[in-house]
Amino acid sequence: MSAKGRIPDWADVTLVPLVSVALAFMISAILIWAIGESPWEAVKLMVEGAFGSSYGWGYTLYYATNFMFTGLAVSVAFQARLFNIGGEGQALVGGLGVALVCLYIPWPHWTLALVGAMLGGAVFGALWALIPGWLQAKRGSHIVITTIMFNFIAASLLGYMLVNVLRPQGTQDPSSPRFPPETALPSLHEILALVGIPFSRVPPVNISLLIAVAMCFVVWYLLWRTRLGYQIRAFGESEPAAEYAGISPARITIYAMLISGALAGLMAVNSVLGEQQRLVLNAVEGAGFIGIAVALMGRNHPFGVFLAAILFGFLYQGGAELALWTGIPRELIVVIQALVILFTGALDNMVRIPIARLFAQARARGR
Amino acid sequence: MDWVMVVQILGSTLRLATPLLFACLAGLISERAGVFDIGLEGKMLAAAFMAAAIAYATGNVWLGVASAIVASVGISLLHGVAAITFRGNQLISGVAINFLAAGLTVVVAQNWFSQGGRTPSLSGGGRMARIDLPFADAVRDVPVLGPIYSGILSGHALLVYVAFLCVPLTWFMLFRTRFGLRLRAVGENPAAVDTAGISVVGLRYGAVAIGGVLCGLAGAYLSTGLAAGFVQEMTAGRGFIALAAMIFAKWRPWHAMGAVLLFGFLEAVANRFQSIEILGVSLPVQAMQALPYILTVVILAGFVGKAIPPRAVGTPYVKEH
Repeated sequence: MSAKGRIPDWADVTLVPLVSVALAFMISAILIWAIGESPWEAVKLMVEGAFGSSYGWGYTLYYATNFMFTGLAVSVAFQARLFNIGGEGQALVGGLGVALVCLYIPWPHWTLALVGAMLGGAVFGALWALIPGWLQAKRGSHIVITTIMFNFIAASLLGYMLVNVLRPQGTQDPSSPRFPPETALPSLHEILALVGIPFSRVPPVNISLLIAVAMCFVVWYLLWRTRLGYQIRAFGESEPAAEYAGISPARITIYAMLISGALAGLMAVNSVLGEQQRLVLNAVEGAGFIGIAVALMGRNHPFGVFLAAILFGFLYQGGAELALWTGIPRELIVVIQALVILFTGALDNMVRIPIARLFAQARARGR
Repeated sequence: MDWVMVVQILGSTLRLATPLLFACLAGLISERAGVFDIGLEGKMLAAAFMAAAIAYATGNVWLGVASAIVASVGISLLHGVAAITFRGNQLISGVAINFLAAGLTVVVAQNWFSQGGRTPSLSGGGRMARIDLPFADAVRDVPVLGPIYSGILSGHALLVYVAFLCVPLTWFMLFRTRFGLRLRAVGENPAAVDTAGISVVGLRYGAVAIGGVLCGLAGAYLSTGLAAGFVQEMTAGRGFIALAAMIFAKWRPWHAMGAVLLFGFLEAVANRFQSIEILGVSLPVQAMQALPYILTVVILAGFVGKAIPPRAVGTPYVKEH
C-alpha cells in the first residue's frame, strides 16, 4: 500500500486501530440514540456492569479468556496470511475433545484433568484445522471457504454426537452428562482467596484465564523468537521471498493451521470444562468469530490480542447488563463487533489515507 | 414411501431451492466480476427482515419485496465501498456484513415490534400468494404428467418461477451480451479491461449491485413466501449453502441450478425424516445437513473435477500510473 509507508510505525499500530474503533463506537452510539436510548447512559451502565464490581470483572474476564484463545488462533493464521474463519468449528470440536477426555478418563485430581483437557481440546481443534490446512497446502483449496464449510460440518458432527452418542438415556436435552466433580477447575475466587483477596464466587472465570495469558506469551515467543515463527511471518510477508529462502509453503501452511486450530480448541477448556462442566450444543456461542475482530483490532500481535480480548469481554458483559436494564437487546454487541471488523479489517485504508495525509502535511510544515 | 410423499418432497425441493438459487446467482455474478461475496448470508437476512417488516406495516407484500431489494443493494454498496473503492479485504468485509445484518435485524426488530427480535406473523396480502399454473386443475388426474405438473411445478409463489427464470437470464447476460463479456473479463484480467478504456470500478460496482438485487429477492422470498414473517437468524446458513452451490457449479449458471436443486432436495428430505436407510446403512439427519458442505469440500479439493475460481477474484484492482 503506497500510503502505508508515509505513516510512522507507532501511528500505524496505535492511531489507525484506535481511530477505527472510535468510528465503530461512534456509529454504535448513533444507533443507540436512533432507537430512543441515551448513548451516555448506555456507556455508564456498561462500564458499571463490567468493571463496577468483582462480579462484573469476573464475567468480563471469563469472556476475555475465550476471546484471547480464539483471537490468538486467528492471529497466528493471519501472520502466515491465512484467513482462518474456522475458529468456531475448531473450538466446537475442541470441546468434543475436552468432553471425551473428561468423561471417559477417571481423573484423580483437577490438575491432571486440566492437562488432559488441554491436550484433548488442542489436539481435536488442531486436527479439525489440519484438513483445511492440508487441502490448502496440497490441493490449493481456498482456506476461507473450506474453514467456513468445516464450521457447519463441525456443528452437524457435534449435533450427532450429543443426540446419538453422549446424551444420557432418558433425557431430552442434547447435551453430555455432567463431568465428574474431580475435574472441576478452581475459580478465580478460590485462587485469589489463597492470597487473601476477596472476589465474587458467582462468575465462571477460572484458572483458564492464567493459561490464556500464558498462551499470549507463548505465541509471542513462538512468533518472534523461534525459527518456525520467523518462517511463518516471512511466509505471510511474501510467499515468493519465503520460498526463495528455502521455506516450504506447504509445511508452513499446515503448521500455522495446526497451531491456530489448537489455540481455538483450547478455548473449550475455559467454556466447556471451566464453566458448563458438560458439553452442550452452543458451547462456543460465537467466540470463534469474535476472535476475528479481536485479532484484527489487536493487529495480530499477542499483546494487542490481550487488550482487544479484554475490550470485547467488557462489551459482552456490559452488553448483557444493558439488555437486562434497558430496551437495548444483546445483539447490539454483534453490531459493534461487525463495525469493528469492518473498520479495522476492510475499511482500514479509509482511515489510513487521511492519517497519512495529516502526517505528510505535518512533515511539510516542519521542513 | 408413496407417491404422494415423493410429490410433496419434490415440491418442497423447489421452494427450498429458490432462496439458494437467487443467492447462488448473486455470488456467481459478483465473483465472475472478481469480487468475493461471503456476505450473501447477511444480505439475505437483512432483506428477509425488511420484506417482513414493510409487508406487515403496509399489508402489501410487493412493497416489502421492494424494500428488501433496497436494503440488500444498500449493503452491497457498502461492500463495494470497502472492497472496490478502498481496496480493503473483501473476505473480511463479507464477514463484517454478515455480523452487521445478524445484529441490526434483531436490534431494529426489537425496537419496531417489541416481539423478541421477530416481526409479527404475516397473513393475507402481506404474504406471497401461491400461483396455480394454467390448466393445473384440468391435468391433475393425468397419470405421471398430472402429479408432476399440478403437484410439483404448480402452486408456488411468483418468486419461485422468477428464480428459475433468472438462470437462463444470467446465462444470457454473462455469455451472450457485451456487458457479460466485460464482466467476466474484469474477473479474469482487469488490467486488459482497463486498457480497453472500460471502467473496472464501474463494472465491479454493477456486478455487486446485481448481486444485491438477487439477494434481496432471496431474503424476501424467505420471510414472505417460505415463512410468514421474520425470525432471528432465519437464513440459518443458507447464504453459505449458496456459496457452496456456486463452487459446486464451478461458477456456471445452469450447473448452479442443478446444485441448488440437489441441496434443496437434501434439505427437504432432512426436514421430513429423522434418518433414512440407504443400502442398509442408517443415515442420520445431521449427515444430510452436512452433506452440501462435505460435497463442496470434496469438489474444492479437486478429487472430482477441480473447481477453479475466476482468476482475479479477491484482488483489488490498482490502476497503473
